[in-house]
Order: sequence, then C-alpha cells, then structure tokens
Amino acid sequence: MSGRPGHSCSGVFVAGVPLVWLLLFVLLPLLIVFAISLAETRTGSPPYTPLFTWEAGFLPRIHVQASNYALLLSDRLYIDAFLSSLRIAATSSFIALLIAYPMAYAIARARESVRTPLLMLVILPFWTSFLIRVYAWTGILNSNGFINNVLLDFGLIKAPLPLLHTEFAVHLGIVYSYLPFMVLPIFAVLEKLDWTYLEAAADLGARPLKAFLRVTLPLSLPGIFAGVLLVFIPALGEFIVPELLGGPDTLMVGRVLWTEFFSNRDWPLASALAIGLLVLVLVPAIVFFRLMRKEEAA
Amino acid sequence: MDTHQDGPVRRPLQPAAANPIPLLRIEKASKRFGLVTAVDAVSLDIHRGEFFCLLGGSGSGKTTLLRMIAGLELPDEGRIAIEGEDVTGAPAYARPVNMMFQSYALFPHLSVEKNVAFGLQEEGRPKAEIAKRVREALEMLDMGAFSARKPHQLSGGQRQRVAFARALVKHPKILLLDEPLAALDKKLRERAQFELVRLRERVGITFVMVTHDQEEAMGMASRIALMQDGKIVQAGSPRELYDAPVSRYVADFFGTSNLFEGNIKECARGEAAVESAEAGTVLRGQYGERLAAQTSVAVMVRPEQVHLSREAPQAENVLRGKIASAAFLGNCHACQVTLDSGKTVLARLSPAEFGKAGSPAAGETVHLFWPSAAARVLKQ
Repeated sequence: MSGRPGHSCSGVFVAGVPLVWLLLFVLLPLLIVFAISLAETRTGSPPYTPLFTWEAGFLPRIHVQASNYALLLSDRLYIDAFLSSLRIAATSSFIALLIAYPMAYAIARARESVRTPLLMLVILPFWTSFLIRVYAWTGILNSNGFINNVLLDFGLIKAPLPLLHTEFAVHLGIVYSYLPFMVLPIFAVLEKLDWTYLEAAADLGARPLKAFLRVTLPLSLPGIFAGVLLVFIPALGEFIVPELLGGPDTLMVGRVLWTEFFSNRDWPLASALAIGLLVLVLVPAIVFFRLMRKEEAA
Repeated sequence: MDTHQDGPVRRPLQPAAANPIPLLRIEKASKRFGLVTAVDAVSLDIHRGEFFCLLGGSGSGKTTLLRMIAGLELPDEGRIAIEGEDVTGAPAYARPVNMMFQSYALFPHLSVEKNVAFGLQEEGRPKAEIAKRVREALEMLDMGAFSARKPHQLSGGQRQRVAFARALVKHPKILLLDEPLAALDKKLRERAQFELVRLRERVGITFVMVTHDQEEAMGMASRIALMQDGKIVQAGSPRELYDAPVSRYVADFFGTSNLFEGNIKECARGEAAVESAEAGTVLRGQYGERLAAQTSVAVMVRPEQVHLSREAPQAENVLRGKIASAAFLGNCHACQVTLDSGKTVLARLSPAEFGKAGSPAAGETVHLFWPSAAARVLKQ
C-alpha cells in the first residue's frame, strides 16, 4: 500500500511532462497560427487584426473570416505551390527509396562486425549542420563548380551544364538530406527479418528475385512506409533546399510561406498556408497508421 | 537376402536390389566452415521409400548434410546425385526435394492456404490445380478449417502440420525434415511421431529426417545413420545399430550397455574369445571384422540379454557376483551386480524371469550369464 501513492505520482509525472510539453510547444503555437490564419492583415504591430475586440467594455466580439483559405483555394499560385511540393516530395521520396533499400539490405546482410561502422557512415552527415551541407552542394553544382569543371577538363562538355538552381538540384538536395531517414527504418525491419524465410522460398522453388518480391519485400513494407513518411513529410514543407538549390521558378509551399511572411508581411495568409501544409501532411500520416493497424490486426 | 539377422527387422519398403540407381547418392561430400569441417567425406545411398534418419549430437554435421541435400549449402568436395542425376551445384530452387524447417519458416504475411500454395505457384501450375492440391493437403492433415488463418494465429502443432503440408504438396522426390518434432511439447511429440510414420506410408514419399533424439530415430526410421564429427559412424536399421554397434560410441548412443574391457584371444567362425580381467573369465561374442590376437577390445552386452540364476548354470559367459541393488520398475527388475573385480553389471529381467531366478535380494551371490550370440565385440 505504501508504494502506491508514490507510484501513481511518478506515473502522472512521467506521462505529464510530455503532455505539458506537447500542450505548450505544439498545440498552443498551432492554435495561435490557426487564430492568425483567420485574421485580416493590417499595417502595425502585430500585423494582423485581433481575434477579439471588447465592445462596450464587456462583450467580446470575435473577428473571424475565412478569406485567406478562400484565397489559397482560388489563387493558382498557391494551388501550384501545393501541387508542385507534393510532386517534388513524392518523386524525391521514391528516388530515396530506390537508393536506400539496397543500402539498408546490404547493411542488414553484412557481417555483424561491419554493420555498426556502416550504420555510423549513414548517420555521419548529421554531425554537420544541415544548412552547411545543402550549401556545399552549390559549390559542387555551380557552373564553375566541381562537376562542371571535371566534365569540362575531360572535354566531355563544351559549356557548363546548368545544374544549380534547377528542379533536378532540388531533388538531389532532398534525396541527399533525407536519405538516412529512409535507410534506418528499412534497415531496422530487414535486420530483424528471419533469413530462413528466404531459404524456405528457395526450397519451394522461388528464384532469388521471386523470393525477394514474394517474401522480403512484403515483409519489409512497414519499414518502407515509415521511411517514405519520414522523407515525404519534411520534403513537403522543405524551405532551405529549394531556396539554395532551386531556381526562381521552383515553386514549393515552404518558399511561398516564407515570402508571404517576411517579404509581404502577410501573417494571416502565411498562417493559412502553414495550416494547409499541416493538413496535407496529416493525410498520408493517418493513412500510414491506418495501414499499420490493419497489418497488426490481420 | 540378409541372413545374419534374427528377429523382426524393419527394412526399406523396396529392397535396394530392385533399384540399382539409388534415389539419393552422396559421394565423399565435405563441407567446411572456416577451420571447422562440418561434414567430412560422407558417402551415403538412400533408396526409394525409406524413412532415413540422420542422428547425432549437436555439431555432428547432420543438419549441414541435410542442408546440402536441400541445396541450401553447396559441398566443398564430393558429389550429390538424385535418381542418378548430378545436382551437386544445383541451387535449392532447382532441386526436386523439399524441406520442413526446424522453425517451420512459415511466411508470416501469408495465410495458411497461401503458404501451402507458394511452391505450386512457383511451379506455374494452373489456379484450379493449385486450389485442389492445397485443399487436399490441408484436409489430409486436418487443417482444412484453418486455411484463412495467419501462422501466428496457430498453435505449435498446427504450424507443424502447415509446414508439413507446404513441403508435401509439391510431391517432392525426397522430403527433408530438420528436427520436425523439436518445437513440440513432449505429449504432442509422441503423437506426432506416429502421425509422421503413418503419413509417410500414406504418401509414399522418401523421408530424410535429422534428429538428436535416439528414441525418436529408433521409433520412426527404417534406417539410421549415426553421425559424429562430420562422419557417419554407422548406418543401418535401428535393430542393427542396437544389436550390432560397431563402436562403444554407437553402443552408448543407443541405450545402456555393459562393457567388459579385454584382449582378443582368438577369432574363429564369427565368434571371438576375449580375455577380460574385468569379467574374470574368457567372454565370447560376435565380431564384425576379424581381429588379431591381443587386440584391445570391449565386449558389449545389453542389460536385457543378461540372465540370472542362483546356481551356476551350464552355459557360456558365466560370471559370479553379489547383488548390489535390485529395483522393481514395473515392467522389469533392474539388478546391479558387483563382480569380484569390482565391476558393476546391469541386468534387466522380466518379472517372470526374475521369479524363476528365485527373486534374489541385495547381498545375495548370483551367477550372470548370456548367450554368445547376444554379445558383441567392439574395437573402438
């Protein structure tokens, strides 16, 4: 009996700290952003109309209007920004998957003694700042950068290739930056995979490729889903990569949001864009968790 | 054909002579893992219809040999042929054999039905045929009602049946079983033993089973190969291995035995005379190969072959000793008799025989004896 109160106390504490954290730093800012998205822009500080005004001293009056969302849905610029973000995030995730899967597979099948060093190599880029690493690519992709210089020196090209400030560079930057997020969850699944299943598949007449498609691939789907989600979601709202590597015409929500917020000082519209992005991210996340639950139930 | 056996002997269903080409022939196959030689120049013929058992302790190479037959390991040296066709380098997917894995290795993402259908789909069989054969296989194993379940929704015994159905449905020339009963609890195991033997007779497929359990091998196999350190120590029917082991190791592996150390005095007409200080007399027994005089050997007698009497009998191999203990075990009496040399001999007598011997109690002096045909001279 004496242990009980202390127990529940620590239980409340353990569950309570993250809860308070989430309330203060996730839910509250989100509510503020949502409130701003319903306001009107104005010159002044803060640059938006208040949510409540106090009329006759007592009665609060709520000022809410959805014109920002209406604008998002009617203006081509914003629709294009969302569509283009979705497209770039989707293709980057797919390319990252194609590169990461063989990497994860090779690491999972490597001898135990080299597995940890290989994993360290995957994580190593995180030890340098994300911004610096993306910036470094400008030096490589520049018209007098490393790649163009080498190609010119070998006489393979006459004039420098336009690599930097293209959509290609944006894909490259996203794939490069988020590759570890794809490798790690797939590795985690493949490492736990019982290779006897592959022996059983071979014994039942499946050639290696068929065994992979019928056994390994379906059994690694949870890792693939998790990896795709971990790349797709940050790629969707990515700002640094399109800003540094993208061209003036590379349209992505993150960039548009930045422009609305800092250049146009249209906080309500920027907030509406942020909420729109959040909804866009939530959809694949919810689909993923539905799939996972179905998998577990089956 | 074989004449040196008395008593019932389990044989291959079809005698070897009817099939000059063995179903499976392994010739001097070796497999090394680093410095360890797992299988060391093993040669073995297995014939159609046999229930063959590879028996041995852990590290004896029995599982590696089985995996080489399956094609999951390729031999470093030697040859493997199935029905005369060389499959030494053939990958697992190209061999007409199927394996039931010790862990069963049922695909966790597929239902029972799809697990069983997997191999037939790989063969490219028509859908209707696959459905029919899968249903038949599952029904034969009383698993028809579980076809939609996933492996994790099944009990251990049910999983074993599915694994069995999955391997069997392809009608392999040889079904390989890697410790098929090890994952079951004891009670289930005994039932599954009988079931496997019954099923083998029904489907008529040649079985090669790996086990470390001597009783399991004796109870199920038509022929056993006992392995030690990557080599086959002895291969033969369970009866041969029990009655005529070639070494102390084999004698010891198959139940308890009395061993008397000694030296060969003479060998003649299948019978050897051995001078044994432990026995305090000359013992006679059967031998496998002719041995030179003075060769150091052991004479083996199974406890149930040892007879007991108060008076000195007119017989060969008579020893005198004192009963150290006599325990009634229900179906037999187990007597420990200490000889003058200090050697303890174990005798197992049926209650009737024990009564005929006058039911001697501990401390009484008795005579032990056995026919020379029941004793075996072992070199190693």
